[in-house]
Amino acid sequence: MEPACAAASVGVGALAHAAAVFGLFFSFPSDAEGRWVGLDSLGRMFLATTAILFLSVVFYTLGYLRREEGRTTRDLEEGFLFRNEPEGMFVGCLFLFLASMSLVCIAQHLGLLWVAVEATTLASAPLISFHRHHRSLEATWKYLLICSVGIAFALLGVFMLAVAGEGLVRLLALHELIASAGGLNPVWLKAAFILMLVGYGTKARLAPMHTWLPDAHSEAPSMVSALLSGALLNCAFLAQLRAHAILLAAGLGMFSGGLLIVFGLISLVVAALFVVRQGDYKRLLAYSSIENMGILALGMGGGGLAVAGALLHALNHSLAKGLLFLVSGNLLAVFRSKRIADIQGALSLTPISGGLWLGGFFALGGLPPFGPFLSEWLVLKGLLENGRWVAAVFFLLALSVVFAGVMRHILPMAFGRPSMAEGHDGSSSSIREPLWSILSPLVLGAMALGLGLFVSAPLWRLIHRAAVGLGGP
Amino acid sequence: MTGIVDFLIVLLLLTNLRILGSSRIPACISAVALQGVLLAVILVSLSSEPLWGGTAAFALLLLAVKGVVLPWLLRRAMRDASVTREVEPFVDFSTLLLLGGGLMGLSFLIARPLQVSAPPSTEKGLLPSAFFTLLTGLLVIITRRKALTQVLGYLTMENGVYLFGVSQAIREPLLIELGILLDVMAAVFVMGIVLFQINREFDHIDTDRLSVLKE
Amino acid sequence: MTPAFSFVSFGLAITLSPLLLGVIQKTKAFFAGREGAPLMQPYFDFVKLFRKGGVYSRTTSWVFWAGPIANLAAALLSLTFVPLGRIPAPAAFPGDVFMVAYSLSLGRFLMVLAALDTGSAFEGMGASREVRFSLLAEPVFFVSVLTLAVVTQGASLSEIYGTLPRHMVHQGISTIWLAGGAVALVLLVENARIPVDDPTTHLELTMIHEAMVLDHGGIDIGFVQYGAALKLWMFSALVAGAFFPFSSARPFLEVMGGIGGVFAVAVAVGIVESSMARLRLIRVPQLILLAGVLALMALLWAAR
Repeated sequence: MEPACAAASVGVGALAHAAAVFGLFFSFPSDAEGRWVGLDSLGRMFLATTAILFLSVVFYTLGYLRREEGRTTRDLEEGFLFRNEPEGMFVGCLFLFLASMSLVCIAQHLGLLWVAVEATTLASAPLISFHRHHRSLEATWKYLLICSVGIAFALLGVFMLAVAGEGLVRLLALHELIASAGGLNPVWLKAAFILMLVGYGTKARLAPMHTWLPDAHSEAPSMVSALLSGALLNCAFLAQLRAHAILLAAGLGMFSGGLLIVFGLISLVVAALFVVRQGDYKRLLAYSSIENMGILALGMGGGGLAVAGALLHALNHSLAKGLLFLVSGNLLAVFRSKRIADIQGALSLTPISGGLWLGGFFALGGLPPFGPFLSEWLVLKGLLENGRWVAAVFFLLALSVVFAGVMRHILPMAFGRPSMAEGHDGSSSSIREPLWSILSPLVLGAMALGLGLFVSAPLWRLIHRAAVGLGGP
Repeated sequence: MTGIVDFLIVLLLLTNLRILGSSRIPACISAVALQGVLLAVILVSLSSEPLWGGTAAFALLLLAVKGVVLPWLLRRAMRDASVTREVEPFVDFSTLLLLGGGLMGLSFLIARPLQVSAPPSTEKGLLPSAFFTLLTGLLVIITRRKALTQVLGYLTMENGVYLFGVSQAIREPLLIELGILLDVMAAVFVMGIVLFQINREFDHIDTDRLSVLKE
Repeated sequence: MTPAFSFVSFGLAITLSPLLLGVIQKTKAFFAGREGAPLMQPYFDFVKLFRKGGVYSRTTSWVFWAGPIANLAAALLSLTFVPLGRIPAPAAFPGDVFMVAYSLSLGRFLMVLAALDTGSAFEGMGASREVRFSLLAEPVFFVSVLTLAVVTQGASLSEIYGTLPRHMVHQGISTIWLAGGAVALVLLVENARIPVDDPTTHLELTMIHEAMVLDHGGIDIGFVQYGAALKLWMFSALVAGAFFPFSSARPFLEVMGGIGGVFAVAVAVGIVESSMARLRLIRVPQLILLAGVLALMALLWAAR
């Protein structure tokens, strides 16, 4: 395929996908639950998030691919030359990735859901090794292997669910399982949930199953990292939520919620420990993803208002993390280093990227008036309302440690004298950044800000409807 | 019929020991292939009603994919990437066998409470065998140096999951079964490609040298 | 079943066990494409050895010549508890498997003392290896027999083996064969067969069992080898009883079936010996470990 043609197709495809999702969003007023696929409130929310993120990332990708087109690149860390993957393959896998993620969102059958989640792994693996060199291959290998192993556990969990419902449900259709949840065998149900939590948790990067993640994120191109973190995370989390919903319906919400809280707290603590002594800003973002994953799990386990908070946070996190990863690509292009210590004065050299970088981290750290502040506050309030005092204390503690750790790294990057930028004479004049590289982050940032200032009534209703099946208010 | 299924499952357990204890990669590949064949035979011998089209077709497909295609792919990958035949685990074979014995005990232990509340149709011993196969695969992945043997471990794990699925006579629609099978195949295929690229890039596929990226 | 047949089977064990060695040799010769020694050669050897006297070094004491005799006595004692096929042993009591194992160990212990009595480095080395491997094999043997006991709910060896065929029909052969396989591996270890030990090697450094008895000669080595033949018979009977579910209402057929099983095991040992090389010494524990895992698997499977 001609490179230009490939690039054009990816733009058109993303637009078409977004338009389709937009259309679906408004055409089905009530929850449609099919036997195989269907669009309920939860899926609708995650599908919309995926579509928004993908559209903005694709715009960035167009420019990125044009810049990288057909050139041999010198590696930043070790100085060897490498070539990129063929563009056609990259674009093809991008589409497959989008398709499998959409299937995850609309799957109403647990077997189909598993197939779709596994497909996301396979479709995204070639995306991580876009820059063909040994480090990216290493990261790809770890990603493939660890996620496949995890997903094998999830498959066992799905099978166990079938055993739990033997004689009751003919199919592993979600609404059928929920409808007859009371009669499911509780022992098998619990075993199934543990396996699915761990299995999908590997993909959803819940600690301690997160080990593939920092590598994959630091080696993948920035827009792929944005997709992995902003969209794929949600999909894997959605798969866990489906299992959680069944347990809630079966009256085992205390069990599954407790497990979610435990895994959430572990993720928070691990992320806090690693963020503080991180030297690579793409890995820093990866650990921040682990932290946010912990918040989601904590909120889900907390029940009540925290569920709504977690759902809102999933959206907020996708927007903010997409923004940050895209900007990190800009910084990498200008400063040609992934090390935090090598970057100073981003604000004066690249004012827009630097500003977005700082703003994104303020947002993600939970400062008002950004969206994450609202959602994290809701999670905290929900935890306190349900008497989860210990979890709430750990939550606050971890949040503050992460915030302090991140700021220690970020503030010197943003302020100070510009340093070491290639092809720059060190004067204070700023570099003109191409439009494609700042437009998408700007849009994402605006949305994250908007969600903090004002959550529209339809969105709020959607979140409430989605939260109802998950023990929400 | 019980006796036959029993015997087949024990054979499957023995292939696990073979995978753990063998020092040659081709022998491991054959053992994994044999597991696929055994799975198909178990599926056929477990189906209570006369073989209806779906089960027979799926068993044949299982046989073809797990018993023929995947091993062929692996052998090809081995030849193309000129992998040496030795397995070279991180720990010696005695420790591996000991760990294998421990895992076997563990699988019977964790299968106990589940067995008690299992549907009466469940064949006894299938559950621990599935767990043991799964754990064997995991152990292989953890203790092996070569990327190729890690793929073998992944396949063993999948076989364990399948043994469970097959044994519980889970009447999944054929479509889902096909999807799962296709996914596994594609996974191995993609792993094969990455393996090939790793080989070209590194001149070897020992994953213990894939250690640039760490904290 | 009349006790007479128990004593017949005991007598057959005593008279036919040297033939077992002959069958193994003949099988190996067949696979090597040789004519081989006549089947009766072990008998000729024993006649020759028993006609000789002993030669004793001045540095040895009575322990040296008492060892082989005690070893033979211990083997005969064990044999009274080991059933042949479905025919019960002349004597049986609950838990007699421990009697069998420990009386064999006692014989081995006295042989080790005899070996150490010579003060020779080679014999000490051989004794050390012998003890180490049998130490590892012992628990495997116990677990295997325990498994069979769990399956059959029998207490003595005779009870266990007497009811095995019925349980094979009811519960399937998997457990019993697994346990039998473990016992078969123990047989190879305990009886110094390839791949554990090579009874015919000419290099003392690589020997295990043969190194231990280097200094015995004449009638003493005759005792040692006859004791080894009896031990091989016992283990073959235990393995054959587990593998071949032969059972008949006619005692005569039972006896024939039991003997047939024992010789089938001997042929199998011959085939193993001709198709494998001796393992390196450090890999021998792995083989025993494998036997242990098999026995464990059998036990878990029986108690599933």
